[in-house]
Amino acid sequence: MPDQLLFAMEVMLNGLMAGVLYALVALGFVLIFKASGIFNYSQGVMALFAALTLVGIQNGQVPFSHLINAIFGTEVHHFGWHVPAIFAILLTAAIMVLFAWIVERYVLRHLVNQPDIILFMATIGLAYFMEGFGDLMWGSEIKKLDVGLPQGINVPIDETTYGWFGYGFFIDNLDISATILAVILVVALTVFSQYSKQGRALRAVADDHQAALSVGISLRFIWVLVWSIAGFVALVAGIVWGSKSGVQFSLSLIALKALPVLMLGGFTSIPGAIIGGLIIGVGEKLFEFTIGPLVGGATENWFAYVLALLFLVFRPQGLFGEKIIERV
Amino acid sequence: MRTKLATLALGTAIAATPALAELTFTSLSYRTGPYAANGIPFADGYADYFTLLNERDGGIGGEMVELIECETGYNTEKGVECYESTKGSGALVYQPLSTGITYQLIPKTTSDGIPMHSMGYGRTSAKNGAVFDYIFNYPANYWDGASVAVRYLLDENGGSLEGKKIALVYHNSAYGKEPIRTLEELSEKHGYELSLLPVDHPGQEQKSQWLQIRRDRPDHVLMWGWGVMNQVAIQEAVNIRYPMENFIGIWWSGSENDVLPAGDGADGYKALTFHNVGSDYPLFDDIQQYVLDAGLAAGAGDQVGTALYNRGLYAAMLAAEAAKTAQEMHGTSTLTPGQMRDGMENLEMTEAKMTDLGLPNFGPEFSVSCENHGGDGYAAVAQWDAAAGEWGLITDYMQSDQDVLNPLIMEDSMAYAEENGIEPSCS
Repeated sequence: MPDQLLFAMEVMLNGLMAGVLYALVALGFVLIFKASGIFNYSQGVMALFAALTLVGIQNGQVPFSHLINAIFGTEVHHFGWHVPAIFAILLTAAIMVLFAWIVERYVLRHLVNQPDIILFMATIGLAYFMEGFGDLMWGSEIKKLDVGLPQGINVPIDETTYGWFGYGFFIDNLDISATILAVILVVALTVFSQYSKQGRALRAVADDHQAALSVGISLRFIWVLVWSIAGFVALVAGIVWGSKSGVQFSLSLIALKALPVLMLGGFTSIPGAIIGGLIIGVGEKLFEFTIGPLVGGATENWFAYVLALLFLVFRPQGLFGEKIIERV
Repeated sequence: MRTKLATLALGTAIAATPALAELTFTSLSYRTGPYAANGIPFADGYADYFTLLNERDGGIGGEMVELIECETGYNTEKGVECYESTKGSGALVYQPLSTGITYQLIPKTTSDGIPMHSMGYGRTSAKNGAVFDYIFNYPANYWDGASVAVRYLLDENGGSLEGKKIALVYHNSAYGKEPIRTLEELSEKHGYELSLLPVDHPGQEQKSQWLQIRRDRPDHVLMWGWGVMNQVAIQEAVNIRYPMENFIGIWWSGSENDVLPAGDGADGYKALTFHNVGSDYPLFDDIQQYVLDAGLAAGAGDQVGTALYNRGLYAAMLAAEAAKTAQEMHGTSTLTPGQMRDGMENLEMTEAKMTDLGLPNFGPEFSVSCENHGGDGYAAVAQWDAAAGEWGLITDYMQSDQDVLNPLIMEDSMAYAEENGIEPSCS
């Protein structure tokens, strides 16, 4: 098999894996938009905050230690214990639920019936607040995140493909883990929304707020629920991306990677987020591989948006988004 | 009522004006945002050194130092706002800590007559002081870095790079593109094959670049990165099992922040530096006594001795030494920005002076002149020891290839002079 074809296959596989990582971020946006019509600008910061909290709990870091030390002249930084990853994840998930409740109680509740743009602006404020709060709580140094996810080249795939083609494919173990996590997440979300009472209520709210309210579904509960789930998805995204680069404040910028995925897949479809992520991932990687060298490289960021825009020309609602028809 | 308002306004104006008998320095820092992890140690080192001078020596030449810090968030627009809002404070020199901000401030500081020091960043050709009379970039610039990296690789390869493949992984920005011209010129001279791998901001996803490195197997990889790009690149290099000892970053890709997330895998990674590492110097004992123990540290005190803290401290030390030089030249303890410029232009750093300051063998010897605002282009190579969790210098300071760089600097600076109607002069 020609070398270039082998390389293209390797690039495509890695593009699929990268697409899963993008989809993980996009899922959080979709959940909140689907249930409340809010484009949650703070989704990237939620992933950052969740990852910061997870590492902080794992390492036994004293929250707000800089503030405490500055006010009281103390020198406290760590509790001196190390929390196992699984408990730290559960505790962080609980904190994200608490965060969801706070958002509903102190932000969303006061903005019911306000135009979408007001809610969007509120999430911008929320993003900046959380970024500052996270800094104050956990500090801004870069932290190593290790919850036991394997990283580095997958040796069996490398050796198998070498045996077949005389060239070993590189697939990152972390990407494989992310794919497995994404599959579990999507299946769990689908089962939850299709077969649980709360899930059906969530879908009812997504379809029609007024009708859902008229049959006794609590909008406030649904909002807490959906922000909690989005918080959990943000935690998963934070774990995967934080394992790649360490937990640091630029983690919030992963939201930039989700936008073309949302444009392509649609803002209201969970399968759309996954398929959109895969198309963007493969598309940008193959474009970089084939056309990139001709135009000086670094095409991935802009090409993802060009690809999304191309799809928008033909399907403005995205591949799987709901077609909205407003009649006068 | 009108009298009361006038009195209030006068009082406010007096309160806002710094005491005249002070030397005012500014720190355009970034303690928030995506690059805060790098901005904080630099800003801490910069501030702690001036605090030390105030507490131990009563300032510089008998004048207390006032440090004005302004948060830029590593954002160019905010950096310019910081400059505009602080330039009236009597600031003697600006250290913007951002190539983007530096580029924006070059015409402004020149027009306002306030010197700017872009230490190891900014516009490389500002080394030509005949054109950039208020801009300084000593002791080394990006082109020096590229050249020293190649010189080191020559040493590593028995004096020849003929037929070798070198890849440059760089931030796709003005900063990241700085070394390309130099590396291209040097590739013609030394016969290596250069491949360019740009990474888009912020650099969280670099799979394409590292798959290409895995396919092409370059003998050496150089990196011009910043922020998250560095951590991801080092992790990806670990993932594809690229030999770390063949991977060299510029000094902005060589802090503890860059290597710690990759854990043991980062062991052996190398980075250029124009100052030494660690805290095993007499000066740091004074920092401990007069700054940390006195509760006067700018930060939490946990960054002392890190690569970026040391760089901030070194920058402040060079600013203070330039101020001392200016005081001696003009026979006055109080300084104007113009006098500070003179001090910077006549700065001479010798090993004896560094030893007196409590920093023996901390930085290269260099001198500044009107024709040369960039020092003598010396840099060393440091290597990361993951087990010990520290950097260590593995070479002496090496000089860049002045024969190649000087014509490039002259060409670029003269083009700038022509574009901006500047008559180069060293009177």
